[in-house]
Parts: sequence; structure tokens; C-alpha cells
Amino acid sequence: MIDARGLVKEYGAKLAVDDLSFQVQPGIVTGFLGPNGAGKSTTMRMIIGLDAPTNGTVTVNGKAYGAHTAPLHEVGALLEARSVHTGRSARNHLLALAATTGVGTRRVDQLLDLVGLTDVASKRVGGFSLGMGQRLGIAAALLGDPATLILDEPVNGLDPEGIVWIRNLLKALAREGRTVLVSSHLMSEMALTADHLIVIGRGRLIADVSVAEFTHRASSDLVHLRSPESERLRTLLVGPGVHVTSLSADRLEVLGMLSDRIGDIAAAHSIALHELVPQQASLEQAFMELTRDSLEYQSTTKAPS
Amino acid sequence: MTSTIVPPTGPADAGLSIPEMTTDEAARLRVTQARVIRSEWLKMRTLRSSWLTLSLAVASIAGVGIVIAWSTANDWNNMRPREKAHFNPLADPLAGFNLAQLAIGVLGVLLVAGEYSTGMIRASLGAVPKRLPVLWAKLGVFTTITLVTMLPTAVITFFISQRLLSSRHIQTTWSTPTVARTVIGIGLYLTVAAALGIALGAILRNVAGAIAALVGVLLVVPVVASALPQTWGDRINKWLPSNAGQALLSVSSDNTTLSPWRGFAVFCGYAVLALTAAAILLKRRDA
Repeated sequence: MIDARGLVKEYGAKLAVDDLSFQVQPGIVTGFLGPNGAGKSTTMRMIIGLDAPTNGTVTVNGKAYGAHTAPLHEVGALLEARSVHTGRSARNHLLALAATTGVGTRRVDQLLDLVGLTDVASKRVGGFSLGMGQRLGIAAALLGDPATLILDEPVNGLDPEGIVWIRNLLKALAREGRTVLVSSHLMSEMALTADHLIVIGRGRLIADVSVAEFTHRASSDLVHLRSPESERLRTLLVGPGVHVTSLSADRLEVLGMLSDRIGDIAAAHSIALHELVPQQASLEQAFMELTRDSLEYQSTTKAPS
Repeated sequence: MTSTIVPPTGPADAGLSIPEMTTDEAARLRVTQARVIRSEWLKMRTLRSSWLTLSLAVASIAGVGIVIAWSTANDWNNMRPREKAHFNPLADPLAGFNLAQLAIGVLGVLLVAGEYSTGMIRASLGAVPKRLPVLWAKLGVFTTITLVTMLPTAVITFFISQRLLSSRHIQTTWSTPTVARTVIGIGLYLTVAAALGIALGAILRNVAGAIAALVGVLLVVPVVASALPQTWGDRINKWLPSNAGQALLSVSSDNTTLSPWRGFAVFCGYAVLALTAAAILLKRRDA
């Protein structure tokens, strides 16, 4: 489990992370979402102690990352920026990291196999494609059989096959009871992978919800319907807070009333409905809605003190 | 050209059997200084640049030694008396250490700053979040490598060059006073230069900048300082890092140089100072 409390990171005058608190639970994939520059990478770097927080604390399984005697067994991390010496071969890179914590050659070879780099294991990393680099980074993250995985934009540069592979890998890791935190700026990718979402914008927490709740919360009460008696139905539906627009002769768009209620009203007046479709916002829309709201909130009002 | 559609194979459906460890294996995953040293040794020997630069240092000492001894021996009968009087059978064939100190210092810089330029440092410090073990391991591995390669190189170069000079009976011998100290001193001097390279690499975190600083400290500052008026120069110059360190290699000492071991101690002092700064900065700064 990752536990961040009141994390603040300032780079000079720039506030990269602003009073961020959240918990990441084991056994599920948690998506860490936010627009570019929201502070995701900075937060991840603070979790593994590469950057020191200006304020606040973050612990992994109850201790600061650096306080663990076997750090690679606690957290495996894939950072967004490349963390490999270009002049070294993939296998030697992994062997060097493995050596720090006493992980043997056998596991290094198993992991090279798992990520599909066995054939190029002795090639210098400098010649690797972005996707191959990501695979190597994932192998490095798994070296210590860690209880927690932190992956910053792992699908970057991967081909579709690689993306599916990552998705399955993350789910498998979570199923084994590990804590999995994956950052992305692509909501659609997270919808397919994550169970829970932590959304940040401008370094602040915007949402800490399950994927299902996230979509539900951001979707508006917008319903499309089709009925042969659309005009009669229209007059029945219109009221305070309810707006009805004609889309065509038999189609209406209703804003401000749930589909259940519309169905009940139509039934009570014996009006046939051919279609009744609640318009759920796509995750992408929901995400933009949420992050935009937070930014507006920030720029127009002062935080309550 | 035929196009075939290859069904997706490989890792996507290679089964996701993530290799797991037994609790017993997992319990042994402590990070120790010895393990970090093993890691740094592996890192150093798996980079081509390490061997290239180290070979360059060996070749500088041996090559210069052989060329100078051989050409002097060949030319001895044609040389003018004044030239002959200037020839130093100990120091002249060992002049290659001047080049070697650059190669060694640059390799020291590369071992640290090279990790910053490639991003490797994030992986290194992620694996060893206490950080200082990484610096000490790099220092230990590289100074040891430097000592065990440069000391024999200096000794062997000495004996080869004396053998070449002996054809003209102008050689010196190991048992002559100051000879052993000078030859061994080259190994020691270069070992401290290695430490200085590591420290500068860690302080500046930038390959070009750290190399410039290294060249500046070891080579340029003494040249610039030699332009000082003599009364000042005599007092100041001997305390400059490379001048102090090279007191160990000087055949004669006067009041413009420190005594050999005192000078070497001062040189070591500079290295310790630089390493202390490197350690503090490594611990404090964001990686």
C-alpha cells in the first residue's frame, strides 16, 4: 500500500505538487491520471525517494521507501524518463541492478523472457526502440519481486500488441495481491486497465474514485428518446429544470430528468417509446470535465482556509 | 513482395507467468555495501568506454616510456652534452603519467556523470535509496582498478625503459634513492586522480563540465599560476593540487615544492574535500 499525506513539491517558484494525499490499495490496478504537467511523475519520483518532498510524507507499506532494507522487493518502478545506460547491454543492465540486492542470474533471464527481450539481451540498450526500452524497464521493475509496482506511462511507445500485453500484465500483478499504480494521460487506456482512479490536476487531487463511480459522477442527466408521439411527450416532460429539444420529427433530447422517470411518465400516459437511451459521458469526456472544473475552481476562488 | 499476416505471438500471449520468489529468497534481498560494490564492478566492466580509457592510460605510460627510452638510447651518441646533462633516466621515461592522469580522471568522471547523462542514475539510486553506498562503491572499485593497473604499468615501464637505456649505460636502478618512491608514487598519484574524477563527476553531474573542471584543476591552474611573480608563486604554487601530488614524483625537492609525502598528503586532502562535497550533494539533491 502507498500512503501519501500532504505531499508538496516546489521547484523554485513552481508548485508541482500541492498538498496531495491519497492511498493506493493492494490487489487492484490504480490509475494515476492527469493532464501533462499535472505532477504525476513528480509524485512517483517522491514515492521512491528520488525527489524529496518540500512538505508531507509518503510511505510504502508503512515505511519511507529508503528505510526498507530490501527496496527492490518493496517497490519496482518504471519511470517515464529513461533510466538506462545506453552503452550497456540489456542483460548487464538488469544484472547490475539485481546485484545490489542479491538477485541472481536465473531470475534476470526469466524476466528477459517474460518481457520478450531474450533475443536482444546482449545488444546495447542505445539501439533499442522506445517500446523495447519500456519492456526492459518493466523487467527491471520486476527484479525484486516487488509488493508494489509504480509504472509511469508504461504504454508509451508500445505497439498494440505490447499495450495488450501490459494491460494483462498489470491485471495479473494486481490479482496476485500486489499494489499497482499506473500513470497515464489517456483516460481510455485507464478505462480498460484500472479498477480505481486517482485524478490530479495542477498538482492537486481532483478525484479518488472507482472507475465506475468516476464515469457516473461526471455523466450528466442527458437522455435521448424516440417516440411516435414525441410532441405530446414533450409537453408532459417540460418543467422546472428540465429542458427538452427536438432532434428530429420523432426524436427528443431530455436534459435534467432520469430515464427511469421519463419511462414512467410515458407509461402513465400510454405513450409508446421506441428508444430510451441515457447518454453516458465517455470516460474521456468525464476526465476533461473533471480536470477543467478543477482548474476553473482554482483560478476563480480561493481555497477555504 | 509477398505480404503475410503474422498472428500476434510473443509476449502478448506467452502466458503471464511472472516469476515469483520463495519467501526464503525474498528474505535475502538486503542491500549491502558488498552487493553494491559487486554491482558497480559489474557496471564498470560492462561498458566499452571503461576498457578503452583504461587501455589509453596504460598505453600512455608504457608507450611514452618505451619511445623516450628507445629514442634516447638510439640517439645518445648524437646528443649534445647539454641535452645529455638534462636527461633524467628516471623521470623522462615516466612522463606519460601526465597523459594517464587525464585518462584516469576522465574515466572517473564518466563513471558518475555518465549515469546522469543517460538517466541510469535514477535506476541506481532507486535500487540503493540510501545513495551513499553507490558513491563509496564507485570510489572503491575504481581506485582499486586504477591502483592494480597503473602501479604495475609504472613498474614494468620503469624496468623496460632502464633495459633500453642500459645499452648506453645511462640507466638508473631500482635501489637508487628516490627511484622506488617515484615509480610507486605514479600508481598512488593516479589513484588519487581517479578519486578526484569520481568526486567531480558527482558534484557537477555533467560529463563535459566535470572533464573541464578536471583538466582545469590538474593542468590549467598550475600553468596559469606559474605566471605569478616569483615570490608569490613560490609560496602558492606548491599547494595547488597537482603540484602537491607530483611532489611525490619529484626527483629533487627545494623550497618551491612540498616534501614528497607531505605533498601527497595535501593532494589526498583535496580529494577528501571533493568527495565530502560530493557525498553531501548526492544525499541532498533530487536525482
